[in-house]
Amino acid sequence: MATSQGIEQVVALLQAQRDRVFRSWVQAVAVNTRGRRTAAETEQELRPMLDALLTGLSAGAVDANNPAFDELRAILAEYSRARARQGFTPAETSVAVFALRDAVLTALHDSNPAAFADFPAFSKLVDNLGLITFEAFVQARETVIANQTEQLLELSTPVVKLWEGIVAVPLVGTLDSARTQVVMETLLQTLVSTGSAHAIIDITGVPAVDTQVAQHLLKTVVAARLMGAECVISGIRPQIAQTIVGLGIEFGDIATKSNLADALRLTLQRAGLEVRKIARTS
Amino acid sequence: MPSAVTQSNPTESPAQQMDIVSDADVVRVRQAVRTLALKAALSIVDQTKIVTAASELARNTLIHGGGGSAQLELVHERERAGVRATFIDSGPGIADIERAMAGGNSTAGGLGLGLSGSRRLVDSFDLKTAAGGTRVTVIKWKR
Repeated sequence: MATSQGIEQVVALLQAQRDRVFRSWVQAVAVNTRGRRTAAETEQELRPMLDALLTGLSAGAVDANNPAFDELRAILAEYSRARARQGFTPAETSVAVFALRDAVLTALHDSNPAAFADFPAFSKLVDNLGLITFEAFVQARETVIANQTEQLLELSTPVVKLWEGIVAVPLVGTLDSARTQVVMETLLQTLVSTGSAHAIIDITGVPAVDTQVAQHLLKTVVAARLMGAECVISGIRPQIAQTIVGLGIEFGDIATKSNLADALRLTLQRAGLEVRKIARTS
Repeated sequence: MPSAVTQSNPTESPAQQMDIVSDADVVRVRQAVRTLALKAALSIVDQTKIVTAASELARNTLIHGGGGSAQLELVHERERAGVRATFIDSGPGIADIERAMAGGNSTAGGLGLGLSGSRRLVDSFDLKTAAGGTRVTVIKWKR
């Protein structure tokens, strides 16, 4: 079926029965998004689409990529992006386009069965418009995901100051190469900017330490050492300790502690500080 | 001591098939194994061990095998439950198994402990490798 095939009869029908087609289209879309969109809202969203479609069709366009459909494509893309951000499913989004085919089919059936010959070409146009909504939808979702990944990366790697000259990095969640890189950079940068000589890396919130995570930790400690800072790794829980032994990972002369308090005590000691209970006189 | 091959044929639940083509997939496999380990009621230490072993093997599949897939399932044998994980790739295979299993010999800039280490973390470890690919199956039983 060549795309150049005319769809004049469908266009004529759309123009003649515009309101009727629009109503049944809105109804079909509303059924699918019931409860999340009022009929009035749906009408408001669909009306510009139908207008733009008719403008393009009147200009003789049949192919969805025809410049005459520029406006329609833009409207569809914006609609899909909005839907993606609001958490609609791809099916709920693309039904807006596909329901138009059913609305036109019903109108054809009722008033001008002779125009069926044009229907395949129109159907193909609707398919391609549907693909445009899919594409825009997926792109919008991917942007959301990429943004969230970036936010997580930044959120999850704070370096906190525990004492003058002592900083700590509480690691939470999965450590992959990208995150560990950020952790290492942030830590080294903070060591310089705060003039700290001691750092504590706390892995209480890391669910599993495999060889890759261990290697990243070791590299971070070595890099900090090169800058003249000493690191303590804390938060090594019993199951993590047994797993590290099982894997055969050696931490060498790197100080490790089971909890952050012990690590802080050791670090204070190394820094020549001590914490004492003071005798109260009342 | 981990045995090389599972002699008996434990009854199985439907296996979960997962592709391993990116770092994120390694994390997903790890999370799926943790869920299974919880279902099998493994102790926290055993959970961590099988999860870590799966993490190593999945990363091997990705880095050395050029990607592949994992099959994860709950297995039962004589009233005890366990988690079985199989990692399959169609990469170049392991040229020197003895060297790879000895530990401390990395061909990819890592610590070189992945294969030998994960063997020590599980109860059953079965490795088949050839030029056309590698298949590693591990099982961790509830104690």
